[in-house]
Amino acid sequence: MTSDAGRVAERVARQSYGKLIAFLAARSRDVPAAEDALSDALAAALRVWPERGIPDNPEGWLLTAARRNLIQAARHRTVHDNASETIALAIEEAEERLNDARNADFSDERLKLLFACTHPAIDRSVHTPLMLQTVLGIDAKTIAQAFVISPDAMSQRLVRAKIKIRDAGIPFAIPERQILTDRLAGVLSAIYAAYGLGWDGLDGEEDNRTGLTGEAIWLGRALMTMLPEQPEVIGLLSLMLYCEARRRARRDADGTYIPLEEQDTGLWNEIMLAEADTLLRKAGTLDRFGPFQCQAAIQSVHATRRRTGTTDWKALITLYRALIEMKPTLGSKVSHAAVIGRVDGAAPAIALLDGLERRGVASYQPYWAVRGHLLADLGESDAAAEAYRMAIGLTDSPAVRTFLAGKLQAVISRSA
Amino acid sequence: MQYALIIRESAEDFVRRNDPAYRDGWTAYTKALVQAGILTAGAGLTPPETGTIVRRKGEDHDVQDGPYPEGKEQLGGFYVIEVPDLDAALEWATRVPVSEWGSVEVRPRLQFA
Repeated sequence: MTSDAGRVAERVARQSYGKLIAFLAARSRDVPAAEDALSDALAAALRVWPERGIPDNPEGWLLTAARRNLIQAARHRTVHDNASETIALAIEEAEERLNDARNADFSDERLKLLFACTHPAIDRSVHTPLMLQTVLGIDAKTIAQAFVISPDAMSQRLVRAKIKIRDAGIPFAIPERQILTDRLAGVLSAIYAAYGLGWDGLDGEEDNRTGLTGEAIWLGRALMTMLPEQPEVIGLLSLMLYCEARRRARRDADGTYIPLEEQDTGLWNEIMLAEADTLLRKAGTLDRFGPFQCQAAIQSVHATRRRTGTTDWKALITLYRALIEMKPTLGSKVSHAAVIGRVDGAAPAIALLDGLERRGVASYQPYWAVRGHLLADLGESDAAAEAYRMAIGLTDSPAVRTFLAGKLQAVISRSA
Repeated sequence: MQYALIIRESAEDFVRRNDPAYRDGWTAYTKALVQAGILTAGAGLTPPETGTIVRRKGEDHDVQDGPYPEGKEQLGGFYVIEVPDLDAALEWATRVPVSEWGSVEVRPRLQFA
């Protein structure tokens, strides 16, 4: 009975964490206080439920208990008469929420929390970790691992961000129509960054990371339920599904890295690809192109290889040009150069790479990997070897390192 | 919540204050704040060269000719507005007629419980 209560409490906490925090913090915008109140409520649940039985609505129970904790904490801070008014109001709201708590998995409240976590007033590098912790309830240690910093450093950043939310008065609200698209870009970037972390964690050295792809896709779906007419939201989900569909083909049975153009398309998840295709088409009907739809379109071109057997590189050039217009990142520019290499040859592609900002590319692994490949194409073995060595030094995946080492060997033997 | 909109201007901006078109922009903005009923306090300040810096030096004070050596932007003035949240404050901040070399810092007013 005790372990049942424990399991139920843990499951409810995990599933409803973001929603509960959002409810609790909505008035005061005080996320740390909400977290304390909720963890006390959880502790109480673990004491009380084994004796009295698991409640019919465990989520509502936790919410009420946490609200009571918040009121008590507030009472210790203020001595004024309006405290009793606050208490009455809070209890009323808690009763209201008891019913809401039964409803939709991803409520308006969690969406508001998502916008708060990715508010421009918060340092952008904290958006994704903050979102992962407060909206998905992922623990700080796991998040710290994914970002390759110490748990202490991560905790500090998260605490600082939450204090900023409270002290600066960052609202828990869905932004007004005029700024919604701008703010949405921040939310989508945070979700995609979370997906990217999971994508990079494929080699299993960080098992927790691969779980992030599932979380990111879940968030993407939930966001689409709340904002079904936003084409970039649909575009993001489409993009993640195109990538996720290729998961099984990315490594062979021995864990060897398989580059995209050599992947066995039979191993691609056809159901996911079909859904990605449908979503991309739906986004298109809403007639507002954007960077995530563009990236999804790029993935769609790659995915077409399963039907036609070839890749339409010219279409990719057009799409990458459009992407660079909208989102001129290093990633899009390096990928663009790689595609130019396929169509126009290595020389113009290298010229593009040479045009990139020196400081930015110095530690950007894909730049060196692509550069090595292009120089090898031109027969410049020594320069290619140097580029491959740089790429190897910047790689954090053993499988990719092995793959690049093979390329390096090939280039060295050629010049020997 | 109350927020300060702290305005910084460049040296050229301070010169441009002589231009009625530049001044009119500020008058219009201030009026808009008043009409919205959200202006709690505010003041424009005279150019940085008119400032005097006072620092503590042990028991004494060190008094020097301004401006404060902050950088290219200098404090030009501030408004204190009463709005529901940061987004509302930011909306007003985007309307402040600073030039492309100026800036508006949005910071909550200290509240004592």
